[in-house]
Amino acid sequence: MHSRTRTAWLFLTPMIVLMLIVAVWPLARSIWFSFTDTNINDISAGQWVGLENYFGEYGLFFNPNDEEGFWSGDWGISIRNTFGFAVVSVVLETLTGLGVALLLNQDFKGRALVRTAVLVPWAIPTIVSAKMWGWMLNDQFGVINTLLLNAGLISSKIAWTAEPSYALWTVVLVDVWKTTPFMALLVLAALQTVPKDCYEAARVDGVHPLRVFWRITLPLIRQPLMVAIVFRLLDSLRVFDLIYVLTSNGSSTISMSGFVRREMVEYGNMGFGSAASTSLFLIIMLTAVIFLRLTRVKLAEDTP
Amino acid sequence: MKFSFASWLITLSVWLGMSAPAQAVEVTITCGPGGSDVEFCLKHAQAWAAKTGNTVRNFSPPGGFGEKIALYRQLFAAKSSDVDVLIVDGTWPGILKDHLTDLKPYSKGWENQHFPAMVANNTVNGRLLAMPWFTDSGLLYYRKDLLAQYGEAVPTTWAELTRMAQKIQTAERNKGRHDFHGFVFQGKAYEALTCFTLELVGGHGGGTIMDADGNITINNPQAAKALDLAASWIGTISPIGVLNYEEEEARGVFQNANALFMRNWPYAWALMEKDDSPVKGKVGIAKLPGQPSTAALGGWQLAVSKYSQHPEEAVDLVMYMTSAKVQKARAIGNSLNPTLPELYKDKDVIAANAFMANLSDVFANSVARPATLTGLKYPQVSQSVFSAAHEVLSKRATGEEAVKRLEQRLKKIRRKHW
Repeated sequence: MHSRTRTAWLFLTPMIVLMLIVAVWPLARSIWFSFTDTNINDISAGQWVGLENYFGEYGLFFNPNDEEGFWSGDWGISIRNTFGFAVVSVVLETLTGLGVALLLNQDFKGRALVRTAVLVPWAIPTIVSAKMWGWMLNDQFGVINTLLLNAGLISSKIAWTAEPSYALWTVVLVDVWKTTPFMALLVLAALQTVPKDCYEAARVDGVHPLRVFWRITLPLIRQPLMVAIVFRLLDSLRVFDLIYVLTSNGSSTISMSGFVRREMVEYGNMGFGSAASTSLFLIIMLTAVIFLRLTRVKLAEDTP
Repeated sequence: MKFSFASWLITLSVWLGMSAPAQAVEVTITCGPGGSDVEFCLKHAQAWAAKTGNTVRNFSPPGGFGEKIALYRQLFAAKSSDVDVLIVDGTWPGILKDHLTDLKPYSKGWENQHFPAMVANNTVNGRLLAMPWFTDSGLLYYRKDLLAQYGEAVPTTWAELTRMAQKIQTAERNKGRHDFHGFVFQGKAYEALTCFTLELVGGHGGGTIMDADGNITINNPQAAKALDLAASWIGTISPIGVLNYEEEEARGVFQNANALFMRNWPYAWALMEKDDSPVKGKVGIAKLPGQPSTAALGGWQLAVSKYSQHPEEAVDLVMYMTSAKVQKARAIGNSLNPTLPELYKDKDVIAANAFMANLSDVFANSVARPATLTGLKYPQVSQSVFSAAHEVLSKRATGEEAVKRLEQRLKKIRRKHW
C-alpha cells in the first residue's frame, strides 16, 4: 500500500507543479497586488496599502467620494451592466437553445447537416463574430439597417451600437446568436438520454404534446439543463470581448471585466485593478454558490 | 593535424576581425497597422536597412490609440527587447519616460531643426526621449462645391457651422439624399474625443481644461455651452452613429459624399484626392471654427526602447526616419505633416498639399493636451475628459452637469499634485 501511495505522488507531482506555476502563482500574485499600490510602470515599486483598494476613500466599496451613490459610480455601473447582461442573455439563450434542441431531436431529412450548420456561430471566435456584427450593425452602411429600411420596419437608420439605450441590448442579441448553439448542443445531448419508452407510453395514453414536454421531457433533462445554465451564467458574468469590440466603451456599457481591464491595462493601476479583479472573482463565486443552492444542482454524484 | 588547427584559428580570427565592425543586426520597428503606414514607413525603414547593411523587422502594433500604449507598457513592464524603435504619441513621453533611451547624446543638436514645441514636449527632465516624426492638428474638411452652390463661406464659429450644416442638410435631403449629414466627427469615447473637446471648448473661449500650472479650469459656462451645442448636433446634423465613430468611420461617410463638414486629421487629405475617391477635387480644408480657433496638437514621434539590444542602430534608424528626406517623401505621398519648418516652404511639398503652406500657423499654434503636465496620470485624465464629453453627446448629462462632475473627477485623480 505504501509503495502505491508513493507511486501516486510520483505521478501527481508534475501536475501539481504545473498547476502551481500556471494557476496558483498568478492568482496569489494578483491577490497580493490587490493589497498594494503597484503601477505597471515599475512593478517592483509597489507599496503595501492594506485594504485601501477595497474600502474607503480610494477603494471600490463604501467610497465616500461616490456622492451620487454606489450604483452610479463606474464600478457600480459595471456590476449592474454585467448582471443585467448575464441574466437577460442567459434566459434568452436557454429558451432559444431549448427550442433548437427540441427541433433537432426530431427525425427529419438532412438532420445531420443541420446539426452541424447550427454549430457555426459557436465555432467562430468571439472577436471575429463581434467585428462581423459590428459591420453588419454599422449605422450608415450596415446590412441590418438596409434590410429593415427596405422592409419598411424602421423609418430612419438606427445607431445600434452607439445609442446608449440600444447598445447593451445589441450586445445581448449578438451573444444570444453566438451561444444558442452551445445551449442547443448540451440540451440535445440531454434529450437523447431520455428513454424512448416514456414517450411511447405517453403516446399510447394520448397525452397532449405540451403536457409531455412539461411532465416528461423537462423533469428528465432538468439536471443537465441547470449545469448548462451555470456554465453560461459564469461565462457571461465575465463578458468582455463582445462589449469591448461592439460598443464605444463609454462607461454606460462597461462590464466588470472591462472595468478591470481599463484600470490595469489602460491606466496601469495594477494594484487597484487587481482589487477589482479579485472582487470580480468573489462576486462570480458567490453568484455560483447561491445559484447552485437555490436550484439544488449536484455537480458531482453524492457519495453514499 | 597541428597545422590544420592553426590555420582554422587564423581563418576564424580573420573572419571575426573582418566582420565585427559591420556586424549586421536586426532592428524592429513599429510600422502599421494600416496599409499606407506600412507602405510609407516600412519602405523607408527598408531603404535604411539596405544602406547600412542591417535588416529591419516590422512589428505591427494595434491600431487603437489606447491598445498601443497599453501594449507598450506591458512590454516595458517585462523589460522586453522585442521592439527597438517605437512610434509614440505626443502624450506618451511623460508616461513612458522611465523606459525610453535619451537621444540627446546621439542627435548632436539635430532636434533643433524641428518645431520647438514638439521637441520641448518630448524632453522630460532634460532627456530627449523621442524625435518628432510628423505633426497632426484637428482640421475642418468641407465640401467646397456644396458651400459654393448654397452661397456660403467657410464657417468661422461653431454656431455658423451648425446653421450651415442644418440648412444644406435639409436642402440636400429634400432632393432625396436621405443619407446626407451636415457634420461628422470622432464621437466615440476615446482619445480623439479628448482632442475634439479641447477644440470645442477652446473655440468657445472656455480654456484648455487646465492651465499651465495644472489648476483645473474646465468648470465654466463657456465650456458647458460648447458641449451643449455639440449634443444638439447628435441626431440633427450628425448621425447618432457618430457616438461610435473613430477617424475612419467619419472619413467613410464624408468620402462617400454623404457629409458637408468633417473634423479630421491631415492624413485624410491624400485619401480624399485619390483617383477613386468620390469627392476628389470637391474638398477644401480650413482651420477649425471657433473664437479663437483651437486645434488640438496631435503628432507622432519615434523613440528607442531602453531595453533594445542594438540601441546604436535603432537610434540611427530613428535619425534616418526623421530626416528631411524621409519626411518630405511622406509629406508628398501620405500627406503627413513634416515637423521641420523648412519643409513647409518646399515647392514639391506645397504642390502636393497646398493646405500645408496655408495652414502652417495652425500647425505651429496647436494646443497640446495636458499630458506632459499630468504625466503618469494622463490616461485617467483623458478618460475622464472623453467620458464627460460622451455623456453630454449621448444626452445622459447636460453640459453644466458634465463639466462640474469632470472638475470633481480631475481633482480626485490629481489628489495632492499631478
